[in-house]
Amino acid sequence: MDIGLNALIQNIFNSLSLGSLYALIAVGYTMVYGILRLINFAHGDIFMMGTYFAFYAITIFFLPWYLGFLVAILITGLLGFSIEKIAYRPLRNAPRISSLITAIGMSFFLESFAVVVFGGIPKSFNVYPKFFSDIILIGQSRIPLLTFITIGVTFFLFLILWWILYKTKIGLAMRAISVDIPTTSLMGANVNNVISMTFVLGSTFAAVAGILWAMKYPQVQPYMGFTPGLKAFIAAVIGGIGSIQGAIVGGFLLGFLEIMIVGFFPSLAGYRDVFAYVVLVIILMFRPTGIFKIYSEQKV
Amino acid sequence: MPEILKIEDLKVHYGVINAIKGINIRVNAGEIVTLIGANGAGKSSTLNAIMNLVTSKKGKILYEGHDITKSSTADIVKSGIVLVPEGRRIFPNLTVQENLMIGSYGRNDKDGIKRDFDFVLSLFPRIKERLKQPGGTLSGGEQQMLAIGRALMGSPKILLMDEPSLGLAPLLVKMVFEVIKKIKDEGKTILLVEQNATMALANADYAYVLETGKIALEGSGKSLLAHEEVRKSYLGVK
Repeated sequence: MDIGLNALIQNIFNSLSLGSLYALIAVGYTMVYGILRLINFAHGDIFMMGTYFAFYAITIFFLPWYLGFLVAILITGLLGFSIEKIAYRPLRNAPRISSLITAIGMSFFLESFAVVVFGGIPKSFNVYPKFFSDIILIGQSRIPLLTFITIGVTFFLFLILWWILYKTKIGLAMRAISVDIPTTSLMGANVNNVISMTFVLGSTFAAVAGILWAMKYPQVQPYMGFTPGLKAFIAAVIGGIGSIQGAIVGGFLLGFLEIMIVGFFPSLAGYRDVFAYVVLVIILMFRPTGIFKIYSEQKV
Repeated sequence: MPEILKIEDLKVHYGVINAIKGINIRVNAGEIVTLIGANGAGKSSTLNAIMNLVTSKKGKILYEGHDITKSSTADIVKSGIVLVPEGRRIFPNLTVQENLMIGSYGRNDKDGIKRDFDFVLSLFPRIKERLKQPGGTLSGGEQQMLAIGRALMGSPKILLMDEPSLGLAPLLVKMVFEVIKKIKDEGKTILLVEQNATMALANADYAYVLETGKIALEGSGKSLLAHEEVRKSYLGVK
């Protein structure tokens, strides 16, 4: 095999793995937006908190790595639940701008909290078993096992998400609530519970993404959520914010573009973070609602 | 007949606007009771107040003797009061079947849900043919049927209906009222808000006329149908 093909295979796997992470985070943005029309700016920081929880669960509480990850994911779910309850719920009927500012405030709070409590110096995230870094040969391409795990876990989580949304009662209510909150309450559904569940789900996904991210770029630091969070948000907007398929497609699209452009035009590597914005501008010029359009509230 | 729902001195305001200025309404079990009146008279506000969907209200709402004034909407629905909202408000992104199933969200009795599902399909054969379609693809009349069916899936003892005939062709209006009578025959109580006063009064056991947030008149449907002022103001008869 020639070098070009190897590089392509390598790049495809890298794209899928980065795209998976963007998609996992983007789903959290889009679910919250779909229901509350709120851009949860703290989502990237929830992602960051998830990695710290995993880090400390393993280093301080000496949990085995799998248990540490699981506990971190659950605690991050609880964090998402609490943030909605404390910061967003009291403002649910307030003007949109109030909740938006609260979300930005929550983001700053979590970052400062992490700096104060966890410390501002990046920590090495070497808490996962070494076999994650084993190299698997596909032809001549050397792909780390972690890449396959990332793609596999993401696929599995999206399958679970699909199952929740389309096969369970709470999923039915989530889809209903995204078009019409008052009418959903008229069905006997407790709207607060459904919204809480959405935050829990989105936050657990962010925690998984955070842990996978921290193994890929093995360190944790208080501002690590900013760039991935922003890019995942862009991915959600590109896909059509509010649409779950949109967030997934947008995440992978962004992952592919970022890796492929740098892969084929290495001289552009310095502009890597700019691509996301360029794509955003181009897509919004032609499709202001993003790739997938969501049902907006019914007009009488 | 025992009364199932009683509203005492209900007041509702939106900001500085007083939508309802102290009304008393009694609904007997098994009857069709209607509220008629012009736009802005406070008919929909009354129904929304019963469901606790308005933010600011005073007065008391008693259901089967219990005070439900401060109960949550979800609990009110579970206790057997279900609203068919104005403008149908079906979920356009859910299939017709999902729209029906979400109506039974607060219930856990699988057999009862199945029974009500079959009843709804027998009531609306047109809906039965469209179970897999998104609700948003139905025609206006079909959406109204779906909205009524969805409410029946909540196994209501009392069904509140907000302008079910709004925007429907005359033939469909007739059909809606036939359905209402069938629902009554099932032993359910109906509180109906209507602008189509003729049809509403003709079918109601008891009726209230609302004018700018107050009750102007009340009486049996037939007596109001014959009432001169009602005929002039609401029925368009000279």
